[in-house]
Amino acid sequence: MQNTRVNAHAMPAKQDGTILTLQEVTLRYDNVKVLDNINFSLNAGQILTIIGPNGAGKSSLIKTAIGLISPQAGKVIKKPGLRIGYMPQKISINAQLPLTTRRFLSLNSRKADFSDAVKRLDITCLLDTPIQGLSGGEMQRVLLARALMKQPELLVLDEPAQGVDVVGQAELYHLLGELRDELHCGVLLVSHDLHIVMAQTDHVLCLNKHICCHGEPESVSQHPEYLHLFDPKAADDIAVYTHDHDHSHDMHGDIVKGSKQSCSHP
Amino acid sequence: MLIPDFLLYALLSALAIAITAGPLGAFVVWQRLAYFGDTLSHGALLGVAFGLFAGINITLAIVICCLLMATALLILMRNPNQGHDAMLGLLSHTALAAGLVSISLSGTSVDIFAYLFGDLLTTTAQDAWLILGISLGIIILLVIFWQPMLLCVIDQNLAKAEGIPTTLMKALLLFCIAIMVAFAMRIVGVLLITALLIIPASSSRLLSRTPEMMAFLAAIIGCIAVLGGMASSYWYDTPAGPSIVLFSSALFLLAFSAKKIIDYTSKRR
Repeated sequence: MQNTRVNAHAMPAKQDGTILTLQEVTLRYDNVKVLDNINFSLNAGQILTIIGPNGAGKSSLIKTAIGLISPQAGKVIKKPGLRIGYMPQKISINAQLPLTTRRFLSLNSRKADFSDAVKRLDITCLLDTPIQGLSGGEMQRVLLARALMKQPELLVLDEPAQGVDVVGQAELYHLLGELRDELHCGVLLVSHDLHIVMAQTDHVLCLNKHICCHGEPESVSQHPEYLHLFDPKAADDIAVYTHDHDHSHDMHGDIVKGSKQSCSHP
Repeated sequence: MLIPDFLLYALLSALAIAITAGPLGAFVVWQRLAYFGDTLSHGALLGVAFGLFAGINITLAIVICCLLMATALLILMRNPNQGHDAMLGLLSHTALAAGLVSISLSGTSVDIFAYLFGDLLTTTAQDAWLILGISLGIIILLVIFWQPMLLCVIDQNLAKAEGIPTTLMKALLLFCIAIMVAFAMRIVGVLLITALLIIPASSSRLLSRTPEMMAFLAAIIGCIAVLGGMASSYWYDTPAGPSIVLFSSALFLLAFSAKKIIDYTSKRR
């Protein structure tokens, strides 16, 4: 845990086999270094979370990992024929394109059987909505559903918790854990919030253009590099407001049926 | 009533172009490529000059110039973060000006107006067959690659992550538009080609719920505009190209009003 650079061997190689390896990857945009000598690998059934401040190159890293961007130096090695489900941070669709959620999900897939994914993410009621009319959180779930339809061996999510409240995030991460167990897929996700990611993740990679530190969630949160990056002073300024609701919300923010509810509206 | 041959050929070519312009126009609207259409059509004028100077077939010269222009645009589009509208303007208007200057320098008595505003009624049988063949080819390509192209419209990264060759799709689309523009030049002229692409597509957007319907309706609306414009040109002796464009604008107004009325009544219910 003391190295600031990780090499491919540093991670425990499970029996499952590696599905993705990055070797000494360096990426520049117009001569500005965005990623510097990145090494890591991901096994099937493993959840790897990338954390880091704004502009740390998190999105660039996963775009490089799945081949959307070619790095100037280094190698990205994927298992041959790897099926990737990718959930981008956000997509903006031209308002001039008449497209329902249903059509978006069935687009360019042969079988177009999205009933499982739709049920799982609870988006049945959104199927006939124009895709441009979805809220941020709804769009995220639709994108995740599309990623799931491919039965991915590698699930890549760019800030999946964005625009979802804390309870929704917990639910989302719970779902990711379930999916990992069911599909036995590798999960690569980006987050800027270490605290909530922790429970489900196997490995955390703290990024600020280079890999600052990495390891099991608990060890990373103690690591001086991490503490330095997420300024402890800032942490002091943000207190966690603990309070108990007597009802619970689902990912929509709707109140879950059957949960106690004291604030009944007339 | 018998249709004179020249009118029949003109009508066939114009309808074929209108049908092709339907789905291509939908893509132009979705991808905000209107300015690209202008640039391509100005490239077509440069093609005329090139054909006159080189002494080769003018149609061939136009096609070559449009494809070259499309390649230049493709290179320009490779970096989506760079503001390239100024570069586009430079390319577009340089092509237009260079075309006009070199045509006048060539000394041949060429009717520039025929190129700027179209000269539909001089279409020959050979032209008509060529345009029909080209249009059919473009439509077949669009049908084959419709789904992946649509996914590219929705999100480049998503499409690429799902294994679609996005650059190839973009090139295919731009080259199809370039060829359509090269042949549409005779119908409505350099200055109005973009109108043929975007006005029917914008009208059909108002009435469509799916991308396919939008493309299909745009083709239908384009055909109605062609029929109307050519009828007006035949009976009132108005210039054919501009008449077709005016008709499609009128259809847009009609679709717009219809949409407003439908929305209003469904709200009151």
